[in-house]
Amino acid sequence: MTANYGNADRMRRATSALMTTLTALCTVLAVCALLIILSHIAWQGIGSLNFQFLIDRPRPVGEGGGIGNAILGSLVLLLISSAFGLPLGICVGVYLAEIGRGRLGGAVRFIVDTLTGIPSIVTGVFIYAILVIPMKHFSALAGGVALALIMIPIVARTTEEMLKLVPHSMREGALALGAPQWRTILGVVIPAAAPGIATGAMLAIARVSGETAPLLFTAFGSRFFPRSLNEPIASLTVQIYNYAISPYDEWHAQAWAATLVLMTLVLGINIIVRFLTRKKF
Amino acid sequence: MPVQTAAPRIEVKASAPPPTAGGKAKVAVRGLDFFYGRVQALHGISLEIPERIVMAFIGPSGCGKSTFLRTLNRMNDVIPGTRVGGQVLIDDHDIYAPGTDVVELRRRVGMVFQKSNPFPKSIFDNVAYGLRINKVTSSSSELAGRVEEALKDAALWNEVKDRLKTSALSLSGGQQQRLCIARALAIRPEVLLMDEPASALDPIATSKIEELIFDLKKQYTIVIVTHNMQQAARVSDTTAFFLLGKLIEVNATEKMFTAPNEKLTEDYITGRFG
Repeated sequence: MTANYGNADRMRRATSALMTTLTALCTVLAVCALLIILSHIAWQGIGSLNFQFLIDRPRPVGEGGGIGNAILGSLVLLLISSAFGLPLGICVGVYLAEIGRGRLGGAVRFIVDTLTGIPSIVTGVFIYAILVIPMKHFSALAGGVALALIMIPIVARTTEEMLKLVPHSMREGALALGAPQWRTILGVVIPAAAPGIATGAMLAIARVSGETAPLLFTAFGSRFFPRSLNEPIASLTVQIYNYAISPYDEWHAQAWAATLVLMTLVLGINIIVRFLTRKKF
Repeated sequence: MPVQTAAPRIEVKASAPPPTAGGKAKVAVRGLDFFYGRVQALHGISLEIPERIVMAFIGPSGCGKSTFLRTLNRMNDVIPGTRVGGQVLIDDHDIYAPGTDVVELRRRVGMVFQKSNPFPKSIFDNVAYGLRINKVTSSSSELAGRVEEALKDAALWNEVKDRLKTSALSLSGGQQQRLCIARALAIRPEVLLMDEPASALDPIATSKIEELIFDLKKQYTIVIVTHNMQQAARVSDTTAFFLLGKLIEVNATEKMFTAPNEKLTEDYITGRFG
């Protein structure tokens, strides 16, 4: 081995060590930021958290009160948005991956990508214009539709990507057994991609459960428990926003506690979906 | 293609019915041309496949034998930009005639692929898939019976009978391929197309598949594409040799490997090219 060779070797090792350290450092930084946020919220929120707080509705300052209506409202909004957004998004994804070839497919893909980039407040204002104004009042339904609109492109693109990962040979296997295309897609391709599609759906749900802006113009918020989908409805995010900008220390503390609840809720959805879609085969 | 100039002009003779043929032609191909976009992959193939025999397709890579196999159950339909000319008659009915039910065709002409492609379902559900989608059986006990029968036909039953509910993906490569054969057999096709079914398997699994082919020809007409000439010699009654998208020779396998009619066949078999 020449000296020159040894030099190159040392350089290679040094570069490798440097890069490994750099990536490790970046990872530690990112994880630290997350941990600091989480622990700070837990620290600030845990004090006001008790059972009464979780089931009560908001009360005037000094009388305690809780976020039971907001938790329920957030769940209702997620349910409405999932009912509209997930099936629509998945169908668009299936179209993009399995059916839409050529120009129309490309156009749809472009529109979906553009939709992903629309600021959520714009979605809120849009729904305000086409649903809230004609109906003449804010409603849970309008809020759910606004959130669904945000979900669709996320779900569509992840579904498309997951379906494309299913090997082509599997489709041919089903077709060769005399399965029509729709049965191949429904019975073989989608089940094969189901864990991935569910992960996409989960990400979309997690994403919209943190949305505040589109709800301000649509679901509006409420200090009471929801009675109908046709009325304004409370949500954790809007409640947090209202309490956080209020001048009262008690409400600030409640906002922290509500944030902790919201985070736990998202984590809970994540765990449940992971559990339901764990790899069976 | 530069290779094309190297090969001499080929006179394709309309092949006489192979000597081993017992029954009438199950599949008759007349002047079949096939195009991938502007590239012609098959040139005027004419061939008859008699009932209940094993016919092997041999030839170098890219000679069109797999493409030809896939025209027999219209699997090429799913590839965009392909075009077919000529006729493929199965039981005297042109499968490329307008109004042909492709789903029905693929039920009658089953296929096993080069790479085993079990669905990510249980062993039972894999075999039952074709039966379920085609609504072949009327009761669950009948379904179970047909699944058992297919697995027995594919010589897999003894290995999997105690774990029918486990994932098909937990099987070994050779077992997965036999599962795919069982899946194809379950709907009782009339013709079984096999595209290099043993190319990814070890010698033991390969010999199992070959034994299986030997047993299956009592009931089915089998067409097998293979790269392995010993395999063609072992399992088939008739062999067809393809070169550059043309059918060079069809002959009884024994004759083909001892005294072929064509010089090109002899060159290929003796390893002078390909």
